Amino acid sequence: MFNFHKNLKNLILTAFSGFAILSTVIAIVPAYQMQHTEPLPGQPVFSKGIQKGLEVYISEGCVACHTQQVRSIEMDNIWGDRPSLPSDYFYSKQRMDFWRQSPSLLGSERTGPDLTDIGNRQPSMEWHLLHLYNPRLVVYESVMPGYPWLFEEKNVTDVTEDDVVVPIPAELIGFTEMRVVAGKKALRLVDYLLATKQVSLAKGSKAEFIPSKQDKQESKPKNSAESANQELPNGEKLYMQTCAVCHKQDGSGLRGAFPPLAGSDVVNDEDPDFMIRIILQGYDARSEYGQMPSFASQLTDAEIAAIVNHERSSWGNNASSVTADLVKEIREFVNQNL
Amino acid sequence: MKFHKTTCFLFLLLFPCILHAQSEGISTESWITQPGIIGTILLVVIVLLVAIFVLVYRFGALLDLAKKKQVRENKTTIRNEILEMDDEEIDLFLQHRKSASNYQLKGTELGGSSTALDERGLVNRVNSDVSNPFFDEKVKSSLSFETPAQLKKVITWYLGTAVFWLMFGTLIGQYLGMKFVWPELDTISWLSFGRLRPVHTNTVFWGWASLAMIGLGYFVVTRTSNTNIFSYKLAWRALILINATLVIGNLLLMAGVNNGGGEYREYIWPVMALFASGLIITFINFYKTVANRKISVIYISNWFILASLVWTIVLSLIAYIPSYQNGLGETIIQGYYMHQGVGMWFMTFTLGLIYYYLPTALNKPIYSYSLGVLAFWTQMLFYTLIGTHHFVFSPLPWWLQTVAIVFSAGMFIPVIAGTTNFLMTMKGSWSYISKSYVLPFFLVGVIFYFVGSTQGSLQAFRFSNYVWHFTDFNVAHSHMTMYGIITFILWACMYSVIPKLTGKEPPQVLVGAHFWLAFIGLFAYMISMMAGGTLKGLSWIEENPFIESVILMKPYWVWRAIGGTFMFVSHILFAYNFHFMIKQKRAVEKPALVPVELIAAKIVHHVQFSQKP
Repeated sequence: MFNFHKNLKNLILTAFSGFAILSTVIAIVPAYQMQHTEPLPGQPVFSKGIQKGLEVYISEGCVACHTQQVRSIEMDNIWGDRPSLPSDYFYSKQRMDFWRQSPSLLGSERTGPDLTDIGNRQPSMEWHLLHLYNPRLVVYESVMPGYPWLFEEKNVTDVTEDDVVVPIPAELIGFTEMRVVAGKKALRLVDYLLATKQVSLAKGSKAEFIPSKQDKQESKPKNSAESANQELPNGEKLYMQTCAVCHKQDGSGLRGAFPPLAGSDVVNDEDPDFMIRIILQGYDARSEYGQMPSFASQLTDAEIAAIVNHERSSWGNNASSVTADLVKEIREFVNQNL
Repeated sequence: MKFHKTTCFLFLLLFPCILHAQSEGISTESWITQPGIIGTILLVVIVLLVAIFVLVYRFGALLDLAKKKQVRENKTTIRNEILEMDDEEIDLFLQHRKSASNYQLKGTELGGSSTALDERGLVNRVNSDVSNPFFDEKVKSSLSFETPAQLKKVITWYLGTAVFWLMFGTLIGQYLGMKFVWPELDTISWLSFGRLRPVHTNTVFWGWASLAMIGLGYFVVTRTSNTNIFSYKLAWRALILINATLVIGNLLLMAGVNNGGGEYREYIWPVMALFASGLIITFINFYKTVANRKISVIYISNWFILASLVWTIVLSLIAYIPSYQNGLGETIIQGYYMHQGVGMWFMTFTLGLIYYYLPTALNKPIYSYSLGVLAFWTQMLFYTLIGTHHFVFSPLPWWLQTVAIVFSAGMFIPVIAGTTNFLMTMKGSWSYISKSYVLPFFLVGVIFYFVGSTQGSLQAFRFSNYVWHFTDFNVAHSHMTMYGIITFILWACMYSVIPKLTGKEPPQVLVGAHFWLAFIGLFAYMISMMAGGTLKGLSWIEENPFIESVILMKPYWVWRAIGGTFMFVSHILFAYNFHFMIKQKRAVEKPALVPVELIAAKIVHHVQFSQKP
């Protein structure tokens, strides 16, 4: 009927229409349906500055190494409390302008961490600026490129009130007369990163991840002597995930930006009150160091207790351990007094 | 036909296992026994076996050579013995011999009184030193085709610019690979990783592979239609448009202007519009050429080539039309686009090229024409539907992910049909592998066609995806396909056709070095990224701190950079070989004659010689 072997027109028209029909069914129609979403309740509107930051993010090709999707599988649970939803991208995935389309934020490679919830996980602006200027200042093992062209080097005398100076320890780069000042693009990019937070859904809705191990819950208890710690999660792992980016894996911190925990008076204090309050409330009393953000909403009592115990017993530190109940008490006290 | 049924039957047998594997809950306890993982390991073993096979064949040829040498030496010994004989004995012997030969032949039948002259031009090269101990002498290319000078020029320019973009694109790739090892290699914004990565991918896609394919396609379309190209002007226009796309697009990317970061869709639409116009022009040119064909049947190569042009034009339009691309609409289109870009453009076009260049290199017809037709239609049906397998477990609709996974398994049909067809065409000509410098490229390309595509299907299964998605394993897969399949096949086609166009063959030692460096480099690249990617995925499943997965990758990144260096060095050799094949000798500049006059001149020359006493 079609005589494809001899009728060129039939052959090409059939190939064209077959492909066009399949493409419509598998791509165009679902895509058209998927773009009609609404924002989540409580999802903050993108300001112009944040949108500009997203444009820097796209222009520097951050999506080549950073994903922004929490998949529905258990291992992605560390990147967000729930799997990502189409509505999560309501503001971020709009056409940028006449020339450029909606940004491909979901990504296909995770050479660096997922950034869905980076604003919650790493709320410190100083950290982000340092990290963008040179990632190895704060994460020694990082292979991320630095972005020094987003910053300016200024003579100390030229630094004005409005300038945001990046707290680089002077001995690390050898500047004495010069200061590194964040450029506009760097500030917008950090604005965007700090605003990139996973919106939590109404309480009671349990996030469902496909588990990787059925027997994970009933993992055998460690036969350690400290029975009080049996219930606590792995403090070292939590420390690595939450604290090590600033305070370093070995607790040595970064002079001029993040205080060391090894040998710290606060950490080694026999009374852990102050230390736990710093973790819950944040801390910004010492001008030589950056601001410590509050972790009250991010970590549970048990997790804080586990981290505190890890910090108080590692890198030469030697102080008594704490319980989740103590953290709970302090948290209640803090909540009442604020 | 019988084989064909068996294939389908085997596939149906396997299918329930595949579905079964999908329906189970995911458990990482026994990751090593998962079908996806086992399948991939098997596939890698296949490549190794083929490499060993080629090596053994080569080695066998060398042994043969040594044997011949031995035989010759024996003869020398005998001659020496004769020399030591008594004069009388020799006289007697010679007399016998003389009378015997006189009796049978005069001794002049095979020779002549005139000086040695190869009138038909059958002898390409006379070599008295045949016992080269290191390199096996390969068969020379057969006679060159009479190709219109204009077509030669078009093809040479397409291929020449393609070679340039290969060098440029892989130099960038090599530099990016080194940045994983030394992240502080530079601090120049235009050379930063995020901006350069799309320069690498887009250059090798739209520059190297696309231009090479179209250039080789010009030859196929005219030869198989037995006619001249419809318009040389259009060919030049498309060449300029596509090269302009690359230059402008890459400069913009390095300046930080990109479309939104979606892979292979980084050029902004005005730039990609140039590329699409190049494709439309090429399509018109090819279509009209095939329409003007001097034979009634449309050869299967033209099916693939014309369809891939149509499909890619449609694809570019769908990818850049904005009305359904906000929110996750963009993500669906991205999955669809990045998969079709590879499947409908590179793979389809390259298959078309194999259907012509492989049989001509072997000087025999393709094994089964109908298997080619089956592969064609299933390619369209299955390939189109599987884009979303790049977003398994993502917030895209679950049904879309499932369709993609099921049809990824369906990809076995066109892949097995194609591979069978090519291998059966090669069957019976295996010994050519050790005699030809073109066939090893074809063999590796065809094997990778099977291995790379099948591995891709296995990777789409939910479990394999669970371990490998987002890891460097993806990078291994894309190099297995774009390099192992597409690039190796394009090399095979180029080495087989350029000598026929220009009459100049590349130095065989350098072609061999090119082959082995590229192959070993790719293998090192692939294995290091696969092993590292798997360990990375397992580390994530264990929920170790993320930085540990970066630290554990470091040695694998070093191996990748080493493999990449091998590959890049092989490209330098290839570029030299290409230059060698196309360069014209200044001393014997051709007279400005049209082919007809040249042939006439040849005839006159021939007559003059034969009239000589």
